[in-house]
Amino acid sequence: MNDSTVPLLEVNDLKVQFHTPEGTVHAVNGISYTIHQGEVVAVVGESGCGKSVSMMSILGLIPVPPGEIVNGRAAWQGQNLLTMAEDNLEQVRGGEIGMIFQDPMTSLNPVLTIERQLTEALRKHYNLNLEQARSRGVELMDLVGIPDAERRLRQYPHQFSGGMRQRVMIAMMLACNPSLLIADEPTTALDVTIQAQIVDLVVRMREKLGMAMIWITHDLGVVAGMADRVIVMYAGYIIEEAEVDDLYERPLHPYTIALLGALPRVDRRRADRLSSIPGAPPNLLVKPHGCPFAPRCPFVIERCRADMPPLLELAPQHKAACWVNVNTGEPR
Amino acid sequence: MNAMNNGTAPLVRVKNLKKHFPIHKGVIFQRAVGAVKAVDGITFDIAAGETLGLVGESGCGKSTVGRTLLGLYPVTEGDIEIAGLDVVKATGDEWLTLRRKAQMIFQDPFASLNPRWTVNAIVAEPLRVHKLLPNEKARDERVVELLELVGLNGRYRNRFPHEFSGGQRQRIGIARALASDPAFIVCDEPISALDVSIQAQVVNLLEDLQERLGLTYLFIAHDLSMVRHICNRVAVMYLGVMMELAEKNELYENPLHPYTQALLSAVPIPDPKAARQRQRIILTGDVPSPIDPPSGCRFHTRCPIAAPQCSELVPEWREAQPGHWVACHLVE
Repeated sequence: MNDSTVPLLEVNDLKVQFHTPEGTVHAVNGISYTIHQGEVVAVVGESGCGKSVSMMSILGLIPVPPGEIVNGRAAWQGQNLLTMAEDNLEQVRGGEIGMIFQDPMTSLNPVLTIERQLTEALRKHYNLNLEQARSRGVELMDLVGIPDAERRLRQYPHQFSGGMRQRVMIAMMLACNPSLLIADEPTTALDVTIQAQIVDLVVRMREKLGMAMIWITHDLGVVAGMADRVIVMYAGYIIEEAEVDDLYERPLHPYTIALLGALPRVDRRRADRLSSIPGAPPNLLVKPHGCPFAPRCPFVIERCRADMPPLLELAPQHKAACWVNVNTGEPR
Repeated sequence: MNAMNNGTAPLVRVKNLKKHFPIHKGVIFQRAVGAVKAVDGITFDIAAGETLGLVGESGCGKSTVGRTLLGLYPVTEGDIEIAGLDVVKATGDEWLTLRRKAQMIFQDPFASLNPRWTVNAIVAEPLRVHKLLPNEKARDERVVELLELVGLNGRYRNRFPHEFSGGQRQRIGIARALASDPAFIVCDEPISALDVSIQAQVVNLLEDLQERLGLTYLFIAHDLSMVRHICNRVAVMYLGVMMELAEKNELYENPLHPYTQALLSAVPIPDPKAARQRQRIILTGDVPSPIDPPSGCRFHTRCPIAAPQCSELVPEWREAQPGHWVACHLVE
């Protein structure tokens, strides 16, 4: 599937830090990845692993200061997003790159009508007048399955349920026909039946409009059925990256193996106790030294504590950052 | 008092439990103008040593059931009996016994521990309130014992909650719940606020404690995969009423109620092949308001197979197969 077309987004050695009164938080420690046209990539990791920061920082959405992009390049259709002027970045953000966020309550302004918020992007990016923007707004609301669109446009966010608000966010994102959608845990705050509705809607929209998508999540379950490729992050590093079937069937990093082992299955009878991961994720205030997973890793060897293993292609289309071959337990 | 604890009799009996929260209008002369029917007539038992799972979407009343069981909310109607004691009519000494015998573990390990108290003070509180130990020295020893029971180092007892991670804080909450030597614990979403790698630790701990101390759990959760893993029987709630209750494998493999079927089909499976193949039932719309729930069967507005009678008649709560209870007109 990885043909030789120019990638849509190419991020190189991105490093992001936050300077706080407690010290420097090493949020993202030099990650590189590419997103191709029309591809669905899931970025998976626990809280604090840098999955959101790594995406938000390339769009200029982290507060600077305390945040700082220490290093890196993010090529979007030949242009570096990290050095782009704010005016141009604004055109890309919400235009060619659409975003939806976790909490649809806080991402909508409670004192503005849905119409005002939904059509803002249209008027900003396409110079539509009020009339044109409204009729496009109604169209978009229909598209994302909000009934009675004309009346609903005049309402305020509090009059919408969580699932409906997320639909509004999706409509806003679709307004400018993005070629890449970044979805940051868009279903985490929702109940499973509503989550299923939203996932289903996003997947249908994506197929219909052919955009690429980055789905950021902590839930290995949600993305299993829809992603083409999965990136696993831990403590600010990409520790594994593979095609979806490969990652779930033949994980090569001990952390991915442990995460999958810690998840019970709704469709299977209980076999045994859950395999738990001892300890807790590392403190990001401490400058990284060696592999961040080493203190919790059952495969750990001496070298892991001294050097961070590079992310290498260990099998076709399958990268992992580990000094140990997990199948044999031997050092690589 | 303990005549009921003979192994076969249930430890917890709930009969036709109702909990309505009045809605007031007016500032000085408040009058009730309606009620949120959070729990509206449910009946179930929990056997000694059993884990009963209580699942449903947010707002279905599952947490209200847990809190009402422990007397945190006064009962509107119905009967509750825990270890032979009547929760609804309990007075004085009976109350104290109930408070000791029935405990709770809360969802949010950040909000449920007093930030100004040391771990020692938090865990010793039940010991002090119930005057369980003669002096401070004995209490201190017991606190160390409890902390070690939940996998924390007793030396940390003079620290404050903010010095601990989420998983460790949840362990402190568990130690506090165990301090009064309870028989029954309501676990209200005890792992929802934790990262995946920490969830398994806490679930395994709860299982170990149950085995060692013979505890009975009511496990309230929305994660249906975890519920299948940890529970013996599972009850499904929707808008304040019970939809289905059965032994867990029976419920997950042979769900009778259309709501249970839809709920289970919406749970993500961390396996790309299984996830792509499965048939999902995507429910339309949101959960209706519990202030004015739909007539007849409360699920009829979203039910994919609703018949005319469903909007008129409330389905009877009946045992469709031995041990398998359901409330649906259309189940044989």
